[in-house]
Amino acid sequence: MADEALFQFLHNELIQYVYKSAEHGEMENGRCITKLENMGFRVGQGLIERFTRDTARFKDELDVMKFVCKDFWTSVFKKQIDNLRTNHQGIYVLQDNKFRLLTQLSTGKQYLEHAPKYLAFTCGLVRGGLANLGVKSIVTAEVSVMPACKFQVMIQKM
Amino acid sequence: MSRQSNRTTESKKMNSELFTLTYGALVTQLCKDYENDEEVNKQLDKMGYNIGVRLIEDFLARSSVGRCHDFRETADVIAKVAFKMYLGITPSVTNWSPAGDEFSLILESNPLVDFVELPDNHSTLVYSNLLCGVLRGALEMVQMAVDVRFAQDTLRGDNVTEIRMKFIKRIEENLPAGDE
Repeated sequence: MADEALFQFLHNELIQYVYKSAEHGEMENGRCITKLENMGFRVGQGLIERFTRDTARFKDELDVMKFVCKDFWTSVFKKQIDNLRTNHQGIYVLQDNKFRLLTQLSTGKQYLEHAPKYLAFTCGLVRGGLANLGVKSIVTAEVSVMPACKFQVMIQKM
Repeated sequence: MSRQSNRTTESKKMNSELFTLTYGALVTQLCKDYENDEEVNKQLDKMGYNIGVRLIEDFLARSSVGRCHDFRETADVIAKVAFKMYLGITPSVTNWSPAGDEFSLILESNPLVDFVELPDNHSTLVYSNLLCGVLRGALEMVQMAVDVRFAQDTLRGDNVTEIRMKFIKRIEENLPAGDE
């Protein structure tokens, strides 16, 4: 999609910028991730508001998660989450076998250590989206084989 | 009501909202990180440049546009093909200088500022300055040095958004420019 190329380039610049400014000052990797995550959070909040404008009220937490996996993911990344798992105690694992923002990177192990940079924004996106639907959570991501990745959502009980 | 129904047709639109909001988050972050608007403008331009030098390849590959014979043709391609392709708008090309080396792109609407209001303390911020960098970077890769700046901006109370582009020179040697 046309817009998508532009978004991907912008996303790359975002990462470049955050990590570049970290070189000058004293900022470690964790702070950079947090910064990217926070940007994603704000964007997620805005997006979910617009995506859910015309939808019916959600039944429960699982219903919310399904919406994130299907509609939200499709709108943002043009595909659904491939697998959603839960332990029914507040932990959800969302698996994307071909995560959009990783597809431009080599599938080998070479850049595996850089993968977290490319996932931080999206973690924030999910957390922000959920937050605005009244679900407080912590979202982390992990990659073992590119371009597949797993997002783990831990619901924080209020 | 089923949730799936009207979503597929709208998906493209959604994507531009993602872009718009992400860009907003970026500008917000820059405003936090830098002391003054000038610095933010400069940074946006730089990031745009980095995007432009890459975007041009994507553009040439997908648009199958050939070599432009003069600056007028370039202007048309930018307005009718490039803007359409990436932002879904078609700015009009006007205000040509007599020498034909300078023109304006008039944007009726600017997707970047869809949800934006500038606070009073950022009067010198050129919010969409990224676009200037993109145009400059992209054209540099096809051997054209140009000067790009915002002449008018609806965010600052003007009626339209106007990007002024000036042709400076043809870049002869084909060395890759410093990629920041």
